[in-house]
Amino acid sequence: MIRWRLWLWLPLLAIALLFGLFALQLSRPKDEFVRSALIGQPLPTFSLKPALPGQPPLANTDFADGKPRLLNVFASWCVPCAAEAPQLAALQAGGAEIVAVAIRDTPDDVAAFLDAYGNPFSRIGADPYSQLQIALGSSGVPETFVIDGTGVIRHQHIGDIRAEDVPRLLDELREAGE
Amino acid sequence: MTALKAKHQRLVLVIVALAALIGAGLLAAWALRNQASYFYVPSAMVDDPPATGQAVRLGGMVQEGSLQTAADGVTVRFVVGDGQARVPVQFSGIVPDLFVEGSGVVAEGALRADGTFLATNLLAKHDENYMPRELQDMSPAEARETVAETQE
Amino acid sequence: MIAELGLAALWLAAALAALQLLGGAVALMRGEAEPLAALVRPAAQVQALLCAIAFAALLYLFAVTDLSVALVADNSHSAKPAIFKLAGTWGNHEGSMLLWITVMALAGGLIAWVEHRLPERTLLATLAAQAFVGLGFYAFLLVSSNPFARAVPAPPEGAGLNPLLQDIGLALHPPVLYCGYVGLSVAFSFAVGALLTREVTPAFARVMRPWVLGAWVALTLGITAGSYWAYYELGWGGWWFWDPVENASLMPWLAATALLHSAGVLAARDALRTWTLMLGVVAFSMSMIGTFLVRSGILTSVHAFAVDPERGTFILALLTLYIGGALALFALRAGTVAEGERFAAVSREGGLVINNVALSAILGIVLLGTLYPLLTEALGFRVSVGPPYFNPMGAIFFLPMMAVLAIGPLLRWRQDRLARVRWQMVAVAAAFAAALLAAWLLAGIALLPLLGMALAAAVAVGSVLPLARRRLTRAPLTLWGMVLAHLGVAVAVFGMAADSAFTTERLVALRTGEQTSVGPWQVTLAGVEPVAGPNWTALSATLQVAYAGGASVPIEPQARSFWAPAQQTSESALLTRWNGQLYAVVGGQAPGDGAERWQLRLWWKPFVTCIWYGGGLIALGGLLALIGHVVGDLRRRRRWREARA
Repeated sequence: MIRWRLWLWLPLLAIALLFGLFALQLSRPKDEFVRSALIGQPLPTFSLKPALPGQPPLANTDFADGKPRLLNVFASWCVPCAAEAPQLAALQAGGAEIVAVAIRDTPDDVAAFLDAYGNPFSRIGADPYSQLQIALGSSGVPETFVIDGTGVIRHQHIGDIRAEDVPRLLDELREAGE
Repeated sequence: MTALKAKHQRLVLVIVALAALIGAGLLAAWALRNQASYFYVPSAMVDDPPATGQAVRLGGMVQEGSLQTAADGVTVRFVVGDGQARVPVQFSGIVPDLFVEGSGVVAEGALRADGTFLATNLLAKHDENYMPRELQDMSPAEARETVAETQE
Repeated sequence: MIAELGLAALWLAAALAALQLLGGAVALMRGEAEPLAALVRPAAQVQALLCAIAFAALLYLFAVTDLSVALVADNSHSAKPAIFKLAGTWGNHEGSMLLWITVMALAGGLIAWVEHRLPERTLLATLAAQAFVGLGFYAFLLVSSNPFARAVPAPPEGAGLNPLLQDIGLALHPPVLYCGYVGLSVAFSFAVGALLTREVTPAFARVMRPWVLGAWVALTLGITAGSYWAYYELGWGGWWFWDPVENASLMPWLAATALLHSAGVLAARDALRTWTLMLGVVAFSMSMIGTFLVRSGILTSVHAFAVDPERGTFILALLTLYIGGALALFALRAGTVAEGERFAAVSREGGLVINNVALSAILGIVLLGTLYPLLTEALGFRVSVGPPYFNPMGAIFFLPMMAVLAIGPLLRWRQDRLARVRWQMVAVAAAFAAALLAAWLLAGIALLPLLGMALAAAVAVGSVLPLARRRLTRAPLTLWGMVLAHLGVAVAVFGMAADSAFTTERLVALRTGEQTSVGPWQVTLAGVEPVAGPNWTALSATLQVAYAGGASVPIEPQARSFWAPAQQTSESALLTRWNGQLYAVVGGQAPGDGAERWQLRLWWKPFVTCIWYGGGLIALGGLLALIGHVVGDLRRRRRWREARA
């Protein structure tokens, strides 16, 4: 009869193991981000039309003037891009020049997006088919790259910029300028 | 029915049920080892190829200049590489929207004896964006609030 | 004002749940004569009323689009159609939690109001268990997701016109699913109550059964509808992908099916006591584990779903408390539950034991297969588990279960001889052999669909045999329910086998005006045109299709590109005939060559619709059985009252 009682604890044991596994998986952050292979290499050659008519276009040659910049890959349809707008404004206030690439977007949507969330960008290139995004090794939006004054990619930030990321990105930018 | 027989019957019932359930578990464990489809990158697939016909996933970049469409208009051939090794892939079907040369791809399928990976399904990799899925259907204003909340 | 009323009602309801738990605990320790114990039933009833008020308040706020309430402002819009305004109530996290707790409180109130068949102590323990489960949800709702919070200042217009929820099917899906989960939570509470008082009797099973049946009907409908949704929406031509979200809905269904049958044995024959208790705990556990897997995002799925690790942590904490507690109680008490009645191997009970063992084995296989990627990820490598695992492994246990299903319902309780039902067995075997031969001769098909088809025929014949030599008008509703549900299994299995055996597929690239064929269909590509929707553009193909030389009919599959968020979907075009469906998907322009060729994927799927008709029949059978049991209970109750008067 003792053995029969021991069997009864088996379900509890099984469920305890199961929940232990769940807790383990919950506790470890999922890092499914794909890092770009281009860090430390020069930007690919590109020449994009402006995302808004009448504004300056964006080409890789714009990065070769000795000034480090942030390159923000965004889209008006992307929710975290809206969420990171205050942080981009903070970066701009911190002295960063930010250029942007709008992915798979339309001029009207971009204009509406900038009206709603502010425009911290000095130039915005249009990438209607994600070609530059792919060439950059960026696998989603938003992403932010630190580009040094010679057009070399120094750092990649994946996902939206949180408030705590702002000083780090400014540091990266300062290092890229040295 | 005697008491002895009754006890016996209950025991038999429990043993049969347990045997079936444990059998199911062992069978499942065995099948999982054989049937789970493992994730390979090209260099791993070249170094230590999976058995021919075993369902696996292959992930990597579509090599520039390698994409060819067959005369039937629905079969494509391309090469997937990871910078170290390259695996030729063949796929019949409707390719995903964002599938182009230079893009990342995950191909589901099996390796053929001639070393070609025969894909049954292609998942284009770069069309994900970094948002929690629950935010996908929200308007930007709502999402902004939600993101702000989670950041606090 | 209405919002504050709703919130007050909710707080009061939570307080009553605490009182209900306390009263139940006192009854358990000191007996049901204690004054606090007398408060348990009224507490449950008033709690139900309060929850109903709270939910009605939220419904009202959504109906009038009161934008001063944050939840309404975030999820509604004054321009929404009325029905979707109401559906918006539960189309979000907070509202769906309130719906869940309301359904649960209503169930508790109903039990407290009508249930007098169990010993009072057991019933009070049950209500206490229910209050214990409910309190966790109240805590979550009130502390971290208050649905009635005000937005300050009130926005001029609501933000959300959630396009996904503007679909009547998706609007109704959550309430149906919650009814299923709540029904199982009631069964769980009854099992815990019975464990606490060691009162595991046929009356316990009879009291629990309607709740399990109701839950089971709801889950069956949910799975059937979900499967059809995936079939037409994903555009992959499949109807079941063994995706984690699908498995999460299948696992509670399997456990509920087993529980339904074992509760039947306990109700009729007072056997399988411990096992029924165990299943009562497992069925609810599976629905909670399923919810956890889907909502926590620890498994990735093709079905888009709201994912939030923090809510996942909360659900896991609740799970540990409820399931861990119940299983510990089970381990402590089940050994002391008196042994039930005995039965011979060849008997109705014997058949039902096989059914239960097979269902449990399938449940284990699905659970292991679903969790295996999680396990290997913890060990550092990534795998995915799909049909090559689930299909044959499930079939190993499902097919023998079908064979027993054809004969089992014909056997007598307690003890029987197979010789007594030899003519019925001959009929079933003949159906099996005829179908096997026909399917084999008509088309050389693979082993699994061949067996599936033959067993479907055998079960179809076996399922109606219990009605033989009975006056059909006098047969009880519960018998009709069983017959229809078993027939539904046969119909659904036939559909699955036919789909896998006879489906023909054609993948082509066509120029406008060119023709192809799939099965008996002639398909001509009449033209491809761009169309635009509110947030998408699409290629819309017009196909002229003709069945076996008949008149041609146009169908229009689309390939849609959304830009918010960017993704591509296939809007498949379906043409249903009595003997199957034509399924068409259009891809893009064929890459490479300059000529204008368009990729088309066509399937002719004979009898595929039987899968969902079968699911509907199963649910209908369950509903008939439920009505039969409830009507029978009411009649007995009236007779008992008359006898007492």
